[in-house]
Order: sequence, then C-alpha cells, then structure tokens
Amino acid sequence: MIRLSRTHEWWRRVLNVLALTLTGVCALLVMAPVFIILIYLVTNGIRSVNLEFLTSLPKPPGEPGGGLANAIVGSFYMVGLALVLSLPIGVGAGVYLAEFGQSRYAHLIRFVADVLNGMPSIVIGVSVWALLVVPMRTFSALAGGVALAFIMIPMITRTTEEMVRAVPNALREASLGLGATYARTMWSVVLPAARGGIVTGVMLALARVFGEAAPLLFTALGNRFWNLYLDRPMASLPTQIYEYAKSPYEDWHRQAWAAALLLIVVVLILNIVARVSTRERFRALR
Amino acid sequence: MATVMFRRQEEVTAPPQPKISTRNLNVYYGSFHAIKDVNLDILPNHITALIGPSGCGKSTFLRCLNRMNDLIEGARVEGSVTLDGEEVNSPRTDVVALRRRVGMVFQRPNPFPMSIYDNVAYGPRIHGIRRRSVLNEIVERSLRQAALWDEVKDKLRQSALALSGGQQQRLCIARVLAVEPEVLLMDEPASALDPTATFRIEELMQELKSRYTIVIVTHNMQQAARVSQFTGFFYKGELYEFGETAKIFTNPDRRETEDYIRGRFG
Repeated sequence: MIRLSRTHEWWRRVLNVLALTLTGVCALLVMAPVFIILIYLVTNGIRSVNLEFLTSLPKPPGEPGGGLANAIVGSFYMVGLALVLSLPIGVGAGVYLAEFGQSRYAHLIRFVADVLNGMPSIVIGVSVWALLVVPMRTFSALAGGVALAFIMIPMITRTTEEMVRAVPNALREASLGLGATYARTMWSVVLPAARGGIVTGVMLALARVFGEAAPLLFTALGNRFWNLYLDRPMASLPTQIYEYAKSPYEDWHRQAWAAALLLIVVVLILNIVARVSTRERFRALR
Repeated sequence: MATVMFRRQEEVTAPPQPKISTRNLNVYYGSFHAIKDVNLDILPNHITALIGPSGCGKSTFLRCLNRMNDLIEGARVEGSVTLDGEEVNSPRTDVVALRRRVGMVFQRPNPFPMSIYDNVAYGPRIHGIRRRSVLNEIVERSLRQAALWDEVKDKLRQSALALSGGQQQRLCIARVLAVEPEVLLMDEPASALDPTATFRIEELMQELKSRYTIVIVTHNMQQAARVSQFTGFFYKGELYEFGETAKIFTNPDRRETEDYIRGRFG
C-alpha cells in the first residue's frame, strides 16, 4: 500500500501551506523595520532637505531656518580622520595575522580584536574621553576621530586577515620563485589580489561609524559653528540629530528628521558601493 | 686571440661540469623522512627528468634546488646542493638571487591576477627595470620564446586569468624566462593540461634546452622518455637509479625501476 488516506493527504497539504505562510511572514517581518524606518524618514524629512539645510549653519535657538552644513562636513571630516588612522593599522595587523598567525601573540591579538569589535560604542566614547579629552582639556575633532578609529580598527583587521589568507599560496610561491622578496610579494601580489575584499570591509566599517553618535558625544561633543581645527569641538550628523530631537523647537525636530534621512542615504550608498565592489571582485577572479 | 681559441677547444673536449650537484641530501617534514641521501649531478643544457610514484619525493627534491622548501613550515633540509660549485644551503646564500637564477614552473598554472603584460614584466620590474622600451622588449621576447606571442599580442592588457589553461601555463613559462634564469625547474608542468597543450609545452622545452638547464618532474613516463636526456627514478624518498634516459627505459639496472616503467605499480 503506497496510497495515502484522504485525511492524511489533506492534513499534509494544510501543514505545507501553514509552514510556507509562517516562514514567509517571518521573512517579511525581517524587512519591515527597514521599510518602516525609510518611510518615516522620507515622509518626515524629505521636505526639509533643501539647499539651505545643506549649505548654511544652525540659527540661534528659537529662530526658524538654518541648516547643518557644519555637521555634514564634520561627519565626513571625523570619519575621514578615523579612516586615515585605522586603515594602516588595520591592514598592517591583518597582514600580520594572516601571514604569521600561528604564534601565541597572534592568537592574543585576534582575541583582543574580537573583544574590541564587540565593545559597546559608548564605552569606547568614555574611554577616549579619559584618554584624550581630559588631558587636552577640550572636546575635539581629534578625539572624535580616534574614537571612531577604535571601532574601525578591529573590523578592518579581521577583514584584511580573511582576505589575505584567501589569496592562494600558489601566487606567493610564483612571486618568490621569481626572486621577489617577501615584502615585495606582499605588496605587489598578495595585497592587490586581496584589495577588493579589503575595500568592501573598509566600506562596511565606514558605514558603521558614520552613524555612530555615542562615541562622539563624549569626544567631539558637537558645535553650532564652523570648525575645521583638530583640537576644537566639532559637529556631526548623529550628535546633531540627538541634540535637535530632544530640543523643544518644532523647526529643530524637522531638521533632525532631515539629518536622519541624509545619514541613512549616505550609509545606504556606502553599503551599495561595498556590494558592487564585491561583485566586481568575483567577476575579476572568474 | 690565441688564448680565446685555446679556451674554446678546451670547452669542447673537457667533460661538462655539472650545473647542479647534490650530496647526501636529506629532507624531513617533521618526523617524516621525505628525501634520503640523494646524490645527483645535473648537466647544463640538457633536460633531466625525475620520475616515480606519487609521494616518492621527486617534487620535494626539485624544491630543494631553489630552496622553495624554506616556505614549508616544519621542513628541514640537510646535506649539500651546489649551483656552479656554490653551496645553496648555506645560511649566507642570498635566496632571492638564487631563485632568480633557478626559476620554477609549477604544476597548476598560477598567473597573477593582473594583465598578461604585467605578469611577464613582474620579474624584470622587481629586479629594477623601469624603462618602458626595455620592458616591452623583454615581454615580447619572453612571450615569443614561450610560443605564446602570436596568440596574445593583441590583448596584452587583458587579464591573464581569461586565458585557457595551456596558455596560462605558457604564460607562466614566459614569466620565468623574463628574468633570464640559468636553470628551469618544472614541477609536472603539463599534468593539468590537455594533450595539445602538453605537446606545445614539450616542443617548447626542446627549444629552450640549448640555453637552459632544465629539470622536469613528471608522472608521465612517455613524457620523460620523449623529452629528456637523463632520467632519475625516485622511490620512497631514495634515488633508485639515475642514467641516460634511453638506458633507464630500455635496460634499467634495478628491478623496481623496471616494474615502475612497465606499469606494475605507481
């Protein structure tokens, strides 16, 4: 007898439909937050993203109008500073771990990098406050950049390690076999071969820190005026959103929505660039 | 004038000095004894083939000749390898200079993920050649020597990874030739290739023989018989027999050699 009974067959069908619906709904729920955020930001923020918002400084409290040009520039400034600080350290440490990663020292570094990776960003903010803000006696763009770099370093280290390790040994042997030094082999063959993956990792790290407010609240603080000096407080989009959102002014709430929309757009662009560069890399390897 | 003529005559009559000699060469991977007391002389401008079953140590032996075993963790080399009478295993040997003189072609084609041009120019560039015109010349000459020029001359800027397997292997040969080594070590250079590509590589070896000393490791006995003048038979880490290829394949001294050549094992 290989025929099913009627009830049995019916029950299986119901179960099938039920399971499919349930997992489908769960999958939808995964996407829901992203769409809710996007819809909220666009409906509340889009009207306030205009030329004045992008190019002028904040007005005094209570006065309508003004913009967040200083915070936009400040965000890019400090993220750029963090990139300059973390890229050489992260790539250097990643290469070390990939090439000489069997020593005890390397295992320790790997463990510490993972701990740093999971460190709450507010803790990093407070630490850099004690490390730089207190001795310098001022909040500063430098402290902000360093705090963001602390977040980026372990991310870049681990991506670089994985990407360098994935470069086939045959390429190293080919280069060394031609009489290249080890350093030259790393620089001219291994790192270029791993570049696509490293770029992707760096993009994702940038996207992560671009939206960080906590480490900047204690370090760069924020600023209602222009500043391009390293040793003075600096505005940024996340801290500005925080400040404006808790203010009593209707106009500032409006601008906070606009700033949040702008922030999300930049992060989305960074993510998309990372995606596309990954795809390019795989195309190149085929 | 007279001295020049005298020297020439001497070169013709004197027996050729070995290009590479090994004496009591031993290799260990951890506790595994991979190469046991190998003594072998390799003559210049000839092709020497190394045959034997898998795991017999022939690749390991080849990698001793340009110190590629240095890269393998846990590998230990004892004994002597000389290149033109100079000790290779001495701690004072400049490994970078050695590998420039003793080039290597690997089993799997391993072009760099760069353009065809940059692959061939890589060696000259790392050795300090910057001038465009000189590089162009070296790239063309090397690709011609490797019998690849006609197929790639219009796409030198394209990725080397887009080439076929056989073309990639010839590119790897061109890449080695571009640094003008004296010795060419080939580790089963045709085992990943189809018969046509294999034939081209073998043809190429015959052309290169006059200028280089070639040592080839191969699994393919017909190939060893076709291309080489001398053959060494490795078995369980030992060099069981070494001699002229014709003799090894028709009238070997040892039973193991004959059994292997007749396909009774391996």
